[in-house]
Amino acid sequence: MAQAGRRYSHARAFPDAFMALCHHIFRSFGTPMRIETGRRSVTALSTAAVALVLGISEAWAAAGQPSPWETGMQEMVTELGQSVSNFHTYLVWLITAICLFVLALILVIIARFNEKKNPVPNKTTHNTLLEVAWTIIPVLILVAIAIPSFRLLREQLVPPQADLVVKATGYSWYWGYEYPADQGGFKFDSNMIAEVKDLKPDQPRLLGADNAMVVPVGKVVRVQVTSADVMHAFALPSFALKIDAIPGRLNETWFKAEREGVYYGQCSELCGNGHPYMPIEIRVVSEQQYAAWLAEAKQRYASTDGSAPVKFATAQ
Amino acid sequence: MAHAADAAHADHHDHLPSFWRRWFYSTNHKDIGTLYLIFGFTAGIIGGLLSIGMRLELQDPGLQYFSNPQAYNVFVTGHGLIMVFFMVMPTLIGGFGNWFIPIMIGAPDMAFPRMNNISFWLTVSAFGLMLLSLFVEGAPGSLGFGGGWTVYPPLSTVGHPGPALDFGILALHLAGAASILGAINFITTILNMRAPGMTLHKMPLFAWSMLVTAFLLLLSLPVLAGAITMLLTDRNFGTTFFDPSGGGDPVLYQHLFWFFGHPEVYIMILPAFGIVSHIISTFSKKPIFGYLGMAYAMVAIGVVGFVVWAHHMYTVGLSLQTQAYFVFATMVIAVPTGVKIFSWIATMWGGSIRFTAAMQWAIGFVFLFTVGGVTGVVLANAPVDRYMHDTYYVVAHFHYVLSLGAVFVIFAGMYYWFPKITGYVMPEWIGKLHFWVAFIGSNVLFFPMHFLGLSGMPRRYADYPDAFAGWNLVSSIGAYVFFAGLFIFMFGVVYAFVRKEKAAANPWGEGATTLEWTLSSPPPFHQFETLPRVVDTGH
Repeated sequence: MAQAGRRYSHARAFPDAFMALCHHIFRSFGTPMRIETGRRSVTALSTAAVALVLGISEAWAAAGQPSPWETGMQEMVTELGQSVSNFHTYLVWLITAICLFVLALILVIIARFNEKKNPVPNKTTHNTLLEVAWTIIPVLILVAIAIPSFRLLREQLVPPQADLVVKATGYSWYWGYEYPADQGGFKFDSNMIAEVKDLKPDQPRLLGADNAMVVPVGKVVRVQVTSADVMHAFALPSFALKIDAIPGRLNETWFKAEREGVYYGQCSELCGNGHPYMPIEIRVVSEQQYAAWLAEAKQRYASTDGSAPVKFATAQ
Repeated sequence: MAHAADAAHADHHDHLPSFWRRWFYSTNHKDIGTLYLIFGFTAGIIGGLLSIGMRLELQDPGLQYFSNPQAYNVFVTGHGLIMVFFMVMPTLIGGFGNWFIPIMIGAPDMAFPRMNNISFWLTVSAFGLMLLSLFVEGAPGSLGFGGGWTVYPPLSTVGHPGPALDFGILALHLAGAASILGAINFITTILNMRAPGMTLHKMPLFAWSMLVTAFLLLLSLPVLAGAITMLLTDRNFGTTFFDPSGGGDPVLYQHLFWFFGHPEVYIMILPAFGIVSHIISTFSKKPIFGYLGMAYAMVAIGVVGFVVWAHHMYTVGLSLQTQAYFVFATMVIAVPTGVKIFSWIATMWGGSIRFTAAMQWAIGFVFLFTVGGVTGVVLANAPVDRYMHDTYYVVAHFHYVLSLGAVFVIFAGMYYWFPKITGYVMPEWIGKLHFWVAFIGSNVLFFPMHFLGLSGMPRRYADYPDAFAGWNLVSSIGAYVFFAGLFIFMFGVVYAFVRKEKAAANPWGEGATTLEWTLSSPPPFHQFETLPRVVDTGH
């Protein structure tokens, strides 16, 4: 895959001796174990380089994963996510205006109140009107932020009636998903695909998982999140969703994906060596595909009623 | 009695104590200040090298320099703890605070000189333990603690069974004890030893900032000490404060940590506020605008800073009401902070500004702190923070307020007080060159991190999806430029000492009105044997 194989050659610009030294020093801090991310071929490298020079952006799926040189939030596929994104856009306008205002004042000061232009400083140290203004106006701006913020917070934290519940459990370092009895009652583990060669065409490196969580489109999905060992966090940027997985607690979040597709997130609470290697892959499919998947999943995965043997994950 | 003889001896101006006595048994606030500055700079270089290691790794996707993400996270953790506890705090509070608080308030020394000495050596010992922890086992089969500066359990208990974190906890205990002793010293000094006529409302703003900071230290550090002691007993003595299998809760640790951790960020920035006020007033040749507002804005920030801690915890599963409260309380802090920004601007407005190196750093601070401040307002909002939490957006935000905030002021203060501390003049071009290199480098380093965070890149990742490669490369280049700027500073210090151009008592002219500029450069070993009488400080 071209994107997985992208690698820049500027690293070579560093003197080799320095690189070797750094290598040596840094390696001495860790175990010799190394999670291999796959060798990248020279062909892939040159393809990526050509693409980069020509400014051709590769065929990245727009939603559900980051794209190169992105400067804003990922494309949202839930209504709530879109509200978060809109609210953020509003905030960006506000804070940009504030920064530019401060910058403009500083530039005026530099231009007008330097030693040459203004040899005699005035001695003003008080201006009640001004001081009241720069206390009251920020308060008003904050009120203008707080009102939509509280509304959005309420929408996030007061979930609608759920059509489907999925339990996600964080392990070091993979996710386990459990579908309750009304969906067939099964559970399975979701590991990162470690070798680049094993990735499906639509799966980016470090994001693709062997078994994705699958949900139907347009349904309210409640996700219960917990952890079996240290803390993890279940996150999916294009749903604007993030909730910590904490041992001894059952956290809850929800989403309603509006579009079919594959959406990726990554563990977002430091959990040790495999922290970057436990992606969250959610496949949003049509009602029919979901039914088909459920039928297949019931066969493939361990049952939650305890009669079938548990399928153990291969931890990193 | 040796002690009495000592005092009699030291009272004699021309006879400095011997080298060993002067620097190792030091009770002189200026010497201890100098020791803190040297210590803070050394620790900063080590912490900076750790971050260069991180940026080298992140320059390209995949693992290049570290054998695994755990080793990388040991660097992340070391960088955070060292920069917070052993660079920013010792430099701003121990260094500049010790040097200039007694002088600015017209006192001969700190209230408890010997306690001042033990504060410093406890900090050094703490740093020794912290460095040792990098070389003992943490997670099974690897060296050092890699659980982040926040040291969240269970990763810091079951995740790191080796003794590395025990060294780390004891390091924090010692550093905390040192800071508490220092805080007691500052509070006592400021409240009791001001020169005749210097009421609290005539006190220089740096003294105000240090007074508020000292109270924050005194009230927050014991909570950290308690939390990490509970962690220590969970790790070693079978308690289960933070272990659900014994009825404990990992979230309890987070509440305790951030009850300390949030005031801690103001501990790092308030002294900077104080220093910037003096620099801006000096070079604008104007008294500070809205002096009382400035002083009480710091008090307000300090007070409100204690009731906003859970905005670091929006994703742990807090209730709607709790999150709403913390959104509200956090945004309140923007108001006194805005008062400070606009008062600095108003101080410059109408001034006759000399753009010295120190002034350039100070103006740079005002703008960059604004940028870091407004992204703080974004993050205060729980609904959007849920997207940004634990992403690079947060890293960008707190580096804008700390690296481009506190660190910029450390250099502003260095260039401002260098002639006073050393007695030598450093050519202005050195500080200005350093400023521009640092300004460009730090913005190239940290601004793209906003984009990475918005794009969804999580923090504390040694390896990342390839889509994040572009901005990471830009960011790494910025890091090298920023770090290279340090060599300009080091060159400047050496050059000034080689050149030996003597500094005047007041090299900055009419705008420099605080008491340190009434003394020779460097000040005598003991100043103010006759206390100065403060008539009017011009506020």
